Amino acid sequence: MSLVARVVVQRGSLAVDVELSVGDGEVLAVLGPNGAGKSTVLRVLAGLLAPDGGQVVLDGDQVWDSADRHVPAHQRSLGMVFQDHLLFPHLSVTENVAFGLRTRGVRRPAARAAAGRWLDRVGLAGVGERRPGELSGGQAQRAALARALVGDPRVLLLDEPLSALDARTRLTVRAELRRHLADYAGSAVLVTHDPIDAMALADRVLVVEDGRVVQSGPPDEVARRPRTDYVARLVGLVLLPGTGAGRQVALDGGGVVAVAEEVGGPVFVAVRPESVSLYLDRPAGSPRNVWPLTLGAATPHGSVVRCDLTGEVPLTADVTATAFAELGLAPGAAVWASVKASEVAVYAR
Amino acid sequence: MSRRRPRDGGVPAPLLVPALLAVAFLVLPLAGLVVRAPWSELGPQLTRPGVGEALRLSLVSATLATLVSLLLGVPLAWVLARSQVRGRSVLRALVTVPLVLPPVVGGVALFLVLGRQGVIGRWLFETTGFSLPFTTAAVVVAETFVAMPFLVISVEGALRAADARFEDAAATLGADRWTTFRRVTLPLVAPGIAAGAVLCWARALGEFVATITFAGNFPGTTQTMPLAVYLALQRDPDAAIVLSLVLLAVSLATLLLLRGRWLGRGATA
Repeated sequence: MSLVARVVVQRGSLAVDVELSVGDGEVLAVLGPNGAGKSTVLRVLAGLLAPDGGQVVLDGDQVWDSADRHVPAHQRSLGMVFQDHLLFPHLSVTENVAFGLRTRGVRRPAARAAAGRWLDRVGLAGVGERRPGELSGGQAQRAALARALVGDPRVLLLDEPLSALDARTRLTVRAELRRHLADYAGSAVLVTHDPIDAMALADRVLVVEDGRVVQSGPPDEVARRPRTDYVARLVGLVLLPGTGAGRQVALDGGGVVAVAEEVGGPVFVAVRPESVSLYLDRPAGSPRNVWPLTLGAATPHGSVVRCDLTGEVPLTADVTATAFAELGLAPGAAVWASVKASEVAVYAR
Repeated sequence: MSRRRPRDGGVPAPLLVPALLAVAFLVLPLAGLVVRAPWSELGPQLTRPGVGEALRLSLVSATLATLVSLLLGVPLAWVLARSQVRGRSVLRALVTVPLVLPPVVGGVALFLVLGRQGVIGRWLFETTGFSLPFTTAAVVVAETFVAMPFLVISVEGALRAADARFEDAAATLGADRWTTFRRVTLPLVAPGIAAGAVLCWARALGEFVATITFAGNFPGTTQTMPLAVYLALQRDPDAAIVLSLVLLAVSLATLLLLRGRWLGRGATA
């Protein structure tokens, strides 16, 4: 393990207490809503913020503990990429990338040569003499990545590295970042509020809400079996806590959901919005999961319309725009919603 | 957008009239100076003995005062803006006192501390035989005392406005605070420092009361342009006008020169 930490910080009303460990070559995503304390954790790992308790062990070195050990940021072997790149505006791109080598005593020609090689690697050959202000957002973030990696740090910290980019650029930079992270031998921690970043880039996901870890695991596990509403919403699921008995789950909020397997005890029921069908009249046949509900908000969502439903079982349904029009739905309309038992995921709480 | 345009263009009368009066108030005296100038006598007046000396002394001492202010004031501004030193607000208040202090009080205070009988001045005289008052060095000290707060205040403002996260980025790249200051902070706030230095220099160039109180009025060593202007006004108003014009021209030229190079960029950045 080249990064092991427990971070305890009290910031106003937010009490952060997060434990994490990242192995060599591993990428850990810290996923959470704004204000959950993700960036605070990262700043403590970097040494930019002194925590109130806990410890940080970087590559076997105790760089912070509650007693008196506090290695300042500039003495830690780490690289950091910030949300809005923070390339120094008064230095050329090459000088920016060479900066970390120069501060560590590398001579100018050698530092510039190394910077040039890294700029090649991130696809920025030929822009080295430009100022950061002359780069596009994607180019700037690539240069920032090169700047963080040039010193071959043991730990790479990425603070929302893609969220300042427009959607199209984000796609390409994400793919490149994925490639560089795969090549990277040290431990990487990625802070993001975008589940796609976490799913695409990380080996493991730590979900942080209100300063606490609420779920952790491999990305696909987190995506399939969310344990909080926040994660469920992020991955596009409706999460219903309940108690299982046989092939039925009695929901905490009232209502019963039929499932395909035998369950018992406290469970989560997860429903994908696209598996929910809407009807104006009670559907014929005998689907077991049918509820009369009321349409709340309806918002276009790509090629579908996302319908929030209220009633006994609060659900979200994705229906195609055509179907939505044919049903003639408007907020407040009474509808019947049905889900096949086999489409419902159920797992222990 | 188009609905807002009339509002952007028009200036309401209650604002326009005082604004025009203010412009007139600020510009008319300078215009009067130009109008009343004895242009035909300009050559002889300027080549009179003492004029060149006073001008040179003014420029040299104002420049030296600015250099001292930069060397001491920029670090002070950093301490005020960035450090966690306790009692920073008290410190800032103390530093800005010379801004509001009547310069004559400053001159008297300097005299009491640095004069031959002063706390530090006596020790200085006894150990080195050097007495500060009534020397060119005293002019520089008086000007620095009055002008440095202008530099400190404007550099501190620039530091506060600069994005401190660049310094975080530098720290993650292995730069200690001193390296960060030299290689990141200083270049980032350079326009602010330049603006502060110009302000400081202009204030030092015009400094009169503290200088005459602490350094006296000796042609060649402590008689700067403002002192020469004031004395000339009592004997020979035409000479005073000419000297004033010279000061005005020097100030304007400096302002214009630096505006193009530094201030304009600083204002838009």
